[in-house]
Amino acid sequence: MADLVSHPDEVKLLSFRFGKGAASIEKYLELGGYASARKAIELGADGIVAEMKASNLRGRGGAGFPTGMKWSFVPKQSAKPKYVLVNGDESEPGTCKDRLIFEHDPHSVIEGVIIAGLAIGSRMGFIYLRGEYRYLLKIMERAIEEAYAKGFLGRNIFGSGLDFEVVSHTGAGAYEVGEESALMESLEGKRGIPRIRPPFPAVVGLYGGPTIINNAETIATVPHIFRIGGAEYAKLGTERNGGTRLFCLSGKLERPGVYELPMGYNLKKMIYEVGGGIPGGRKLKAVVPGGSSTPVLLPEEIDIGMDFDQVGKAGSMLGSGGVVVLDDTVCMVEFALRTMKFYRHESCGWCIPCREGTDWLEKTLTRFHAGGGQARDIDNIRYLAENMMGRTFCPLGDAAAMPTIAFVKKFRKEFEDHLNGAPCPYAHHREAALATV
Amino acid sequence: MSGDSSESKTIFSPALAARFDRLVGLYPVRRSALIPMLLYAQDEIGCISDEAVAEIARRIQITELDVRNVISYYSLLHTEPHGKFHVQVCTNISCMLRGGNELFEHCKRRLGVGNKETTPDKLFSLEEVECIGACSWAPAVQVNYDFHENLTPESMDRVLDDYRARS
Ligand SMILES: Cc1cc2nc3c(=O)[nH]c(=O)nc-3n(C[C@H](O)[C@H](O)[C@H](O)COP(=O)(O)O)c2cc1C
Ligand code: FES
Repeated sequence: MADLVSHPDEVKLLSFRFGKGAASIEKYLELGGYASARKAIELGADGIVAEMKASNLRGRGGAGFPTGMKWSFVPKQSAKPKYVLVNGDESEPGTCKDRLIFEHDPHSVIEGVIIAGLAIGSRMGFIYLRGEYRYLLKIMERAIEEAYAKGFLGRNIFGSGLDFEVVSHTGAGAYEVGEESALMESLEGKRGIPRIRPPFPAVVGLYGGPTIINNAETIATVPHIFRIGGAEYAKLGTERNGGTRLFCLSGKLERPGVYELPMGYNLKKMIYEVGGGIPGGRKLKAVVPGGSSTPVLLPEEIDIGMDFDQVGKAGSMLGSGGVVVLDDTVCMVEFALRTMKFYRHESCGWCIPCREGTDWLEKTLTRFHAGGGQARDIDNIRYLAENMMGRTFCPLGDAAAMPTIAFVKKFRKEFEDHLNGAPCPYAHHREAALATV
Repeated sequence: MSGDSSESKTIFSPALAARFDRLVGLYPVRRSALIPMLLYAQDEIGCISDEAVAEIARRIQITELDVRNVISYYSLLHTEPHGKFHVQVCTNISCMLRGGNELFEHCKRRLGVGNKETTPDKLFSLEEVECIGACSWAPAVQVNYDFHENLTPESMDRVLDDYRARS
C-alpha cells in the first residue's frame, strides 16, 4: 500500500524486514524472527528489564518515557492478572509509521508483546488498532494465527512451560483513545473517557490488573534490542536516547516518506537531505517536529539533533515522530485553525477546560482567519490556550494548547496581518503552493 | 446461554453470528467485544440499525442505552446508512499542505454532494475526515476501508470512476 522509501543515512534496524514479505511467519523466521523471544525466556523477567534499561529505549508514542523503567513499575505479585496493551491507535496528525510496522512486520509486534509479557509476568496481551486500519487488522489476525500454529502463542510457548495469549482488537475512530487510560476504557467496550491517575496503569490498569501500555513501534523495537543487545542498541542513538526511530516526513518536501534514522539525527539534514528539501525553490517557514501537538519550530531553530532532550531544549517535543514541513506559502493562522479544528473534534467532552477551550479557540480562529478578528483576539487566543495547560483531565488539552501558544508567539505578525479584514492576506500564496506539490 | 441465544434469532449472517459467538469469549469480560462487534455489524448490514443494537445488547448482556452511548462516541460508527462507497477525504495538516482541501472541494463538485451527504443513487457518500495515517503519502482518501494516496484531482476522478464501474 503505502510506498516505501530509502535514504543512505538510514539505519534499518527496525525496518530491515520491510518489503521482504515478513508478514508471513516462514519469512519472518528465515530473517531471524522469534529468536529474541527464546532468548528472553532464558533471561527471565529481571534479565529482560535490565536489558531494556541498558538499551535506553524511550517510548515512541509521544512522551518518550523510558520503556525499561515503565516495565519495572509493575508489581511482581498481583492478585489480578497482568496485561500488555499495544497502542496502535496512531491518530496524531503527521504520524503514519505504526501502519508500516503492522503491514510489513506484524510478527515483530507479536514477538515484542511476548517479551513484554515475560518481563512483567503477564499471560495475555492485546494489540489495539485504530478502526481505519482494517486491512492491517487482517494482517495482524493472520500473523497471530500463524504464531499459535507454531506454538509461539497459547499453551507452553516455545516449550517453556509458560502460557501466553495475544488478541488483536479494533477501535472505531477516536483520537482520544490513543491516550493510555482512554485506550483501556475503549478496550473494555466503553466510551473513551480518560481515567484519573493515580493509580497508574502499571498498578491498576486493564480490568483492574497491572498493565503496561506501549506504542506499537516501541513494542516492535523490543525484539531488535534482544537481537543486537541493549548496549549496542543504545550506542546507535545519543545519550539517554537509544537506538533509531521511524520519522514520518510530510508536508512541503520533495521526498516525503517514513525513514528510519538514528536518534539525534539533525533536523535540518532530515529536511534538506533525507526529505530532499522544499519543492519549487520555496523557502522553509516552519517545522512541526513531532506530530500536530508539538510546538512549531522556526527555520533558525532546526539545527538540532532529533532526540527527546534536544528537541525539548529547543522548546518543543520529539513526540510521535511526525515531522511536518511548512514553506512560505502557508498561512500560519489557517494552519493553527486546522490544528485546533482537529482537537475540538477529538476532545472527548469529559472535562470543561478541554471541551470549552478547544471550542472557543476554534471559533475565535475561524472568525479571525475569515477577517473578523480584533486586535485583542490575538492575546485572547494565547490566554485561552495558556489557561488550558495542565488544567485538563488528560493531556489532550495540552496537546491542543501547546502548538497554539507557539503559533501566536512565533507568528504574531501573521496574526496581525489578518486584522484588516477579509480575505486572508496569505490566500494568494495558495495557488502557488499547489503548483509546487 | 450464549450458544442458543444467538442461534435462535439473529439478524446477521451465520458466519458473522459465529464470529460474534467467538468474540464474546475472547476477552476477560464480555463487553470488550462490543466495539469490534458494532463495527463488523455495520460492515455487514450498512449501518447499526435498531435491530442490530438490540441483538448486540443481548449478546453482550448490557442495555441498549449502553450500546447507544458507545455508538455516539466513535466516529466510524453510524446509525444511518452511507453510500455504497463512503469517500473519506483527509484535510488534516499534512494533507492540507498538499492539496487536501482542494481535493475535498473537487469531490464535492464531482459527486454533487456536500459533507456527510449521499448521492441520490446511494452509490457515494462524502465525508471530510481527520488524519487517517497516510501523512507521508498525502493527500489521502479512504473509500470504505481502502486507502488511496498521493492523489490529484485527476487521479481522484479515476478512483471514483473505478468504484462506479465496480457497482
Ligand atoms: C490525546 C492523546 C492521544 C494519544 N495517542 C496516541 C497514539 O495514537 N498512539 C500511541 O502510541 N500513543 C498515544 N498517546 C500516548 C499514550 O498515552 C501513551 O503515552 C503511549 O501509548 C505510551 O507508549 P510508549 O511509552 O511506548 O510511548 C496519546 C496521548 C494523548 C494524550
Ligand atoms: S494528515 Fe492526512 S493522513 Fe495524516
